[in-house]
Amino acid sequence: MTINEKQDELIEDFAFYTDWMEKYEYIIQLGKELPLIHDSYKTEEYIIKGCQSRVWLYPNMNEGKIDFTADSDAIITKGLVSLMVKVLSGHTPKEIASADLYFIDKIGLKEHLSPTRANGLLSMVKQMKLYAIALSA
Amino acid sequence: MLTLYIIMGSTELKKIDINKVRSDFPILKREVNGKPLVYLDNGATTQKPKQVIDAIIHYYEEMNSNVHRGVHYLSQISTDAFEVTRRKVKEFINAEHEHEVIITKGTTESINIIASCYGRAFIGKDDEIIISAMEHHSNIVPWQMLCDEKGCKLRIIPMTAEGDLDVETYKTLFSERTKLVSFTYVSNALGTINPVKEMIAIAHQHEVPVLLDGAQAVQHLKVDVQELNVDFFAFSGHKMYGPTGVGVLYGKENFLNNMPPYQGGGDMIKEVTLEKTTYNELPFKFEAGTPNIEAGIALANAIDYINELGLEAIKRHEDELLAYAIQELSKVKSIRFIGTAKEKSSVISFLIDGTHPYDIGVILDKLGIAVRTGHHCAQPVMDQFGIPGTVRASLAVYNTKEDVDVLVAGLNRAADMLL
Repeated sequence: MTINEKQDELIEDFAFYTDWMEKYEYIIQLGKELPLIHDSYKTEEYIIKGCQSRVWLYPNMNEGKIDFTADSDAIITKGLVSLMVKVLSGHTPKEIASADLYFIDKIGLKEHLSPTRANGLLSMVKQMKLYAIALSA
Repeated sequence: MLTLYIIMGSTELKKIDINKVRSDFPILKREVNGKPLVYLDNGATTQKPKQVIDAIIHYYEEMNSNVHRGVHYLSQISTDAFEVTRRKVKEFINAEHEHEVIITKGTTESINIIASCYGRAFIGKDDEIIISAMEHHSNIVPWQMLCDEKGCKLRIIPMTAEGDLDVETYKTLFSERTKLVSFTYVSNALGTINPVKEMIAIAHQHEVPVLLDGAQAVQHLKVDVQELNVDFFAFSGHKMYGPTGVGVLYGKENFLNNMPPYQGGGDMIKEVTLEKTTYNELPFKFEAGTPNIEAGIALANAIDYINELGLEAIKRHEDELLAYAIQELSKVKSIRFIGTAKEKSSVISFLIDGTHPYDIGVILDKLGIAVRTGHHCAQPVMDQFGIPGTVRASLAVYNTKEDVDVLVAGLNRAADMLL
C-alpha cells in the first residue's frame, strides 16, 4: 500500500467513530498495542522532547525502506505516534520525505499537531522526515 | 460605641454572591467542545470581569493618548487614569509611598528588574543569593543569568516531601556574602503558603533584603508590604482578574533610589544631551518607554473589583471550595496529591497513578474542563517529587462546588478510559 492508500484507509476507519469518546478510546487502544521501541534506543539520542509528553523514535533501514519503532510516556500521544508509524513505516526515504500527511486533519485530530500542545508529535513528524532525508542522501 | 462598631464590622463578613460574581465574567457563559466551560486554570491566568473589559474599551473609545507626555486634554486624562492605578496599588498593598510602585509588564519583568538593577549595583563575584526549591522558573532563571554574568552563587532553601519550605535549613544558608533572598509567597505548582513574615525577619537579622514573588498571593490573601517589612514585592495583573501585560514591582524607596535604571528610553529621563543623561525620579526611572496604558488603567478596575468583594470573603469562599475539592477528589480512584503543606492556597496538584498528566488534560479538555498539565514552569519542583508533571486545578472566586463535581466526574471518566 502507498502512504496515501494507508492514510485513506485510516480516514475510513475513523469515520465509524461518531463521537470523540470512541475516537479517543480507539487511539488509546492503538497506544497500548504499539510495538515498543527496544530499550537500548530509549535514550537521549532518540528522544523528542515536548514540554508535556516525550516521544522516542528509532528508524531502521531495511532493504531500502525505513521501519520506525517508537514510544511515548503519554498514552494518547503514543496512539497518535502509532498512527504516524503505521503510515510511514515500510516506505523508501524518498516517499517519506515527500509525504503529505493529510489524514490527521481529516480524522479531526489536527489540534494534536499544534505547537501549543507541546506533546512532541509535531517534532516527531519533522524528525521522521529528517531521518528520511538523511538516509536518502 | 466605637468598639461595638468594630466588633460588628469584623463579624459581619461579606459573603460572596456567587451568581452575581459569575454573571460579571462573560466568558463563563461560553461552551467548550460542546460542554459548558469549567475554568480551573486560574493559577495560569484568571478570567476578567465586565468591569475590567469595559475599562479597556472605554480607554480606547474615550481616552487613548500617550501618558506622562502631552499637555493636551486626552494625554492628561489618560495620565490621570494611569496614576489612579498607582495610587490604588499603593493602597492595595499598603505601600508607604506611591512612588515605590513601579508599573511593569508583569511579575517576570519585576523580578528581572531586581536581578538586573540590584544585581548590577550590589552583587559581585562570589556573592550569594538565596532562593527556594519551589520557585517558578521566572524566580530561578534571572538569578542564574546574573550568576553567569557576575560569578555569584545560588543557595537553595530545600523543600520537604509535603511541599513546605525547610525554614530551619534556610536559617543556616546565610553567610557574609549573602546579598539577596528571593522566594515565592504561594507556590504556583503546589499551593503552599510560605511563612513569609518569619522568613523575611530572618533575612533582616542578617541585614539581607528580600524580594517576594506575590504572583499567586495577591488574588487570594491580603498583602501589607509594610507589615511584612518586605523590601521588594512583585505581582501580575492578569492573575488577579486584571489585564495581561501589566504588573507591579514594589520596592522600598531607599533601595529603588540606589539602583541604576533598568532600560533607557523615554519617560525615565530628566535631561538628555548627546553627552550625558540625568535620570528621572521614582517611579519613572524604572518605566522607560510607553507602557501598556490600557492594561495599566484597567488594573485599577481589577483592584476595585477585588476590594468590592473583599479579600477576606474571597479567601473564605476559596478555602471552603478547596476543602470541598480535596474531599471530593480524594474519592477518585488512584489519585495522589502532590503537595500537602499545612497552609495551602487555591491550588491542587495531583496525579492519577498509572496515567500521564497530558492524557488526563486532553480528556478533560474534551469535557470542557480547563486545567493545567505539565511541570507548571517549575521543573525543579517536579524533579524533587520524581514526576514529569502534575494535573493542576487552581481555583478563583467564581468557581463553585458544581465545577468541582464536574472535574471529579471528568477524572473518573478519564481514569476509566486510560486505566
